[in-house]
Amino acid sequence: MANFVYKKVDALVFGLFSPEIIKKMACAKIVTPELYDKEGFPVDGGLMDVRLGVIDPGIRCKTCGGSLKECMGHFGYMDLARPLIHIKYADVILTTLRATCRECGKVLTDTKIKIEVEEETPAPVVTAASEEEIVLPPLPTVEEPVKKETKSSKNIKKCLHCNAKQFTIKLEKPTTYLEDEKKLTPIDIHTRLLRITDEDLEKLGLDPKYARPDWMVLTILPVPPVTIRPSITLETGERSEDDLTHKLGDIVRINQRLFENINAGAPEIIVEDLWELLQYHVTTYFDNEISQVPPARHRSGQALKTLTERIKSKEGRFRHNLAGKRVNFAARTVISPDSKLELYEVGVPFSVAMELTIPERVTEWNIKHLKKFVENGPQKYPGSNYVLRPDGKKKKITEETHEQLLEELQPGYIVERHLMDGDIAVFNRQPSLHRMSIMAHKIKVLHGKSFRLNPSVCNPYAADFDGDEMNLHIPQTEEARAEAEILMQVQTQIITPKNGLNIIGCSTDSITGNYLLTKNMEFPKEDAIQILHTIGVYNQERFEKFKKNVTGKEIFSVLLPEDFNFVGQTKNKKPFIVKEGILIEGHLDKATIGEEKGELIRALYAQYGQDIGIDLLGKIFRLGLEALLRNGFTTTIADTDLPTEIAEKCKETIYNAERRVAQLIEQYQNKELESLPGLSIEDTVEVKILDTLNKARSRVGEIITEISDENNPTIIMAVSGAKGNLLNLAMMAACVGQQAMRGKRIENGYRHRTLSVFTKGELLPKAKGFIKMGYKDGLGPEEFFMNAITGRDSLMDTALRTPKSGYLYRRLSSALQDIKVAYDGTVRDANENIVQFIYGEDGLDVSKTEGGKINVTRIVKEIVGEK
Amino acid sequence: MEEQEKFNISEHFLVPKHVKLTEEEKETILKTFNISLNQLPQILANDPAIQDLHLQQGDVIKILRKSSTVGETIFYRMVI
Repeated sequence: MANFVYKKVDALVFGLFSPEIIKKMACAKIVTPELYDKEGFPVDGGLMDVRLGVIDPGIRCKTCGGSLKECMGHFGYMDLARPLIHIKYADVILTTLRATCRECGKVLTDTKIKIEVEEETPAPVVTAASEEEIVLPPLPTVEEPVKKETKSSKNIKKCLHCNAKQFTIKLEKPTTYLEDEKKLTPIDIHTRLLRITDEDLEKLGLDPKYARPDWMVLTILPVPPVTIRPSITLETGERSEDDLTHKLGDIVRINQRLFENINAGAPEIIVEDLWELLQYHVTTYFDNEISQVPPARHRSGQALKTLTERIKSKEGRFRHNLAGKRVNFAARTVISPDSKLELYEVGVPFSVAMELTIPERVTEWNIKHLKKFVENGPQKYPGSNYVLRPDGKKKKITEETHEQLLEELQPGYIVERHLMDGDIAVFNRQPSLHRMSIMAHKIKVLHGKSFRLNPSVCNPYAADFDGDEMNLHIPQTEEARAEAEILMQVQTQIITPKNGLNIIGCSTDSITGNYLLTKNMEFPKEDAIQILHTIGVYNQERFEKFKKNVTGKEIFSVLLPEDFNFVGQTKNKKPFIVKEGILIEGHLDKATIGEEKGELIRALYAQYGQDIGIDLLGKIFRLGLEALLRNGFTTTIADTDLPTEIAEKCKETIYNAERRVAQLIEQYQNKELESLPGLSIEDTVEVKILDTLNKARSRVGEIITEISDENNPTIIMAVSGAKGNLLNLAMMAACVGQQAMRGKRIENGYRHRTLSVFTKGELLPKAKGFIKMGYKDGLGPEEFFMNAITGRDSLMDTALRTPKSGYLYRRLSSALQDIKVAYDGTVRDANENIVQFIYGEDGLDVSKTEGGKINVTRIVKEIVGEK
Repeated sequence: MEEQEKFNISEHFLVPKHVKLTEEEKETILKTFNISLNQLPQILANDPAIQDLHLQQGDVIKILRKSSTVGETIFYRMVI
């Protein structure tokens, strides 16, 4: 592979500004808090000095001569009357002071440790000289060696070099240092830090070239260019200054007063007060959210947003401006279902279609066509909102400009026309956790105010219609549209890369409908043809072959391609056979056409490709609905009615279980029970009771399944896999069963019982949350409470788990985001480091497998032929 | 207890086979994947699984892992 990198970043060094550098990079000295003079021009030496950059259009920079767009601004500086502590380095200053002698500035060590330290950390931290490409040793953080020194020097009372006595130094937050209860002024601190030699700094883990500790005490303050703190001119003509400018104004004002007072020889108290005030202003200038410092506020009482707040947290520069960007040509509204749409379509309201546009270039062949859009203007659909001239000027189409634009329109112009049916759009629902969360759809402009989508694509988006909103984006270039269509359209996403199964399939009513249709429905020829017409099938040849009465299987077979062969299984493991496009045996259900496991869907997709696949899927979906509509389908409470004998049988089962439990309890109380291996006697009873009750409930479920009536709608839904299962039915009809928390029966509270209606220490089923009634019979009061306990528990669980797992997933995907499969089949990260030598250690493309496995038997059969 | 018969983990069925590569083999690996030595996955020199191989920093080992889909799969690591 050719390597085109000419220069490679070898290292980045972060350091501090020295006073010299600040002075060197400054273009102006700031001496006055005034911003503008009477005429409104910036004052020389003020904070809005023209030498600091341009923020108004039409003015040139006094320093570089650039205009608004060219000049990126220049720093200024101001001399501080007295040194000040930089709040962000208060801790480093403290540790450095503690580690060095107060008289001679040498590192405080006893000889023994000194040697040890020197051997352990040879030339630490950011040495700029590491030019050779060697594996760098892990960089020690600045604090680490410093702390080490401090720890060893804490008990040292005397400097080894000059015999000076040492005192303990404390930091009174935020910026006051106390040495032996006496205050250390920043001037003292500065002189002490200045004394430390370069060699000693290296021992402390600081690189004297880039980060001398005396630079952490400010003697000079850089003034950022006006371009990072532009003022806004209000409609009234008034100027509103940026928060930073306000803060800097405070600093300059107090600084000047301090200068004057010192020069005038004012009393020490006044000078000290001003000094402290200046320290406060500079502290809040860096960070306005220091815990011990009251935040500086606007006149309105709102806290100022100073340097740290600009960068930090969610609304800061990184997460708000750099990691997150806003886009144009997007829309968002509520979604609602429309099963008459194709799966790859999205219904877009007129109001949205007339706001979002697609740029279309005028040529001599389409000028007539495009003129119509311009003629209609922005008010009438399908119209257009803007016209772009070849020189790049954008013209809005209004009542006035409309006539003239229509006239001057000619090849080379670009018309931004309204959305129309068939345009491509990118549709998205957050959280975008997998690639199917963003898919391309064809637009269908509809009335109403919501986005419409086929219920079949709810699954990949994880959308429902209880108020969900979704986003729509309109690609603006031909390339983008082509890319979206080829790579992102719904039909390309039928198979999920997670396990190679279809993520899009039929659901709920459609499954029920197809199940009933292929199981036992029969229609007169005319009706059959009508059904097929409504779902968009016009296969005249097949229609002619229909007899007087047409079975559901025959109707369904019309959809299938004539060379299609398929052998599969229905949900209840019965054979499902399609031969030469005719459904011979079996019925449709969740296992053949459902989401995730629809083997028939998968086979159709694999054999006929994405476009025919999605078309067939749409037709099968609508066929199910249509069949159900013709048939009529309702579930009622009466579905859960049980014949008397069955109900009796259920009751008896539960009664027997209760008796058995009572026996167990008696045995336990008479100490006749033998404990199971590894369990106490108490646990043994518990386990045995739970086992008995669970068995009883399963037995009830079985009894109900035995009588399962094929014409019972609730059972039909459960059997076809459309919704619910037989356990749900048993809970409604006969017995809700044991309410469990953390795999156990509901445990006693502090008073040795679950509810106050029970006696203490009671072990009976009902006292521990066994609900013997069904939902339809109604629960007893104590049963209701038991049900509410588990109900609340699962509610809390989901409410707490969702954000936790969401964050976990976010971190995982951020960590893995640029790992990819390279062209040679290896898995590599962004630096081409190898992660895996073959993708997944087997090189399988999961989306081309069936549930992660290769079905060898099927492939052999296909190649060799049936046998 | 001490030093009776030290359990050899490389005989355990869950521990895949680790083999040292010769210099030649090493070069071929680097060439086939078009990478420098540093771009290989790494393994600590004191990893229990390679204690018997007497390796030095910069050596490359081959790991033969069992895979349910493909039988046996090969992995390489540089000793650090």
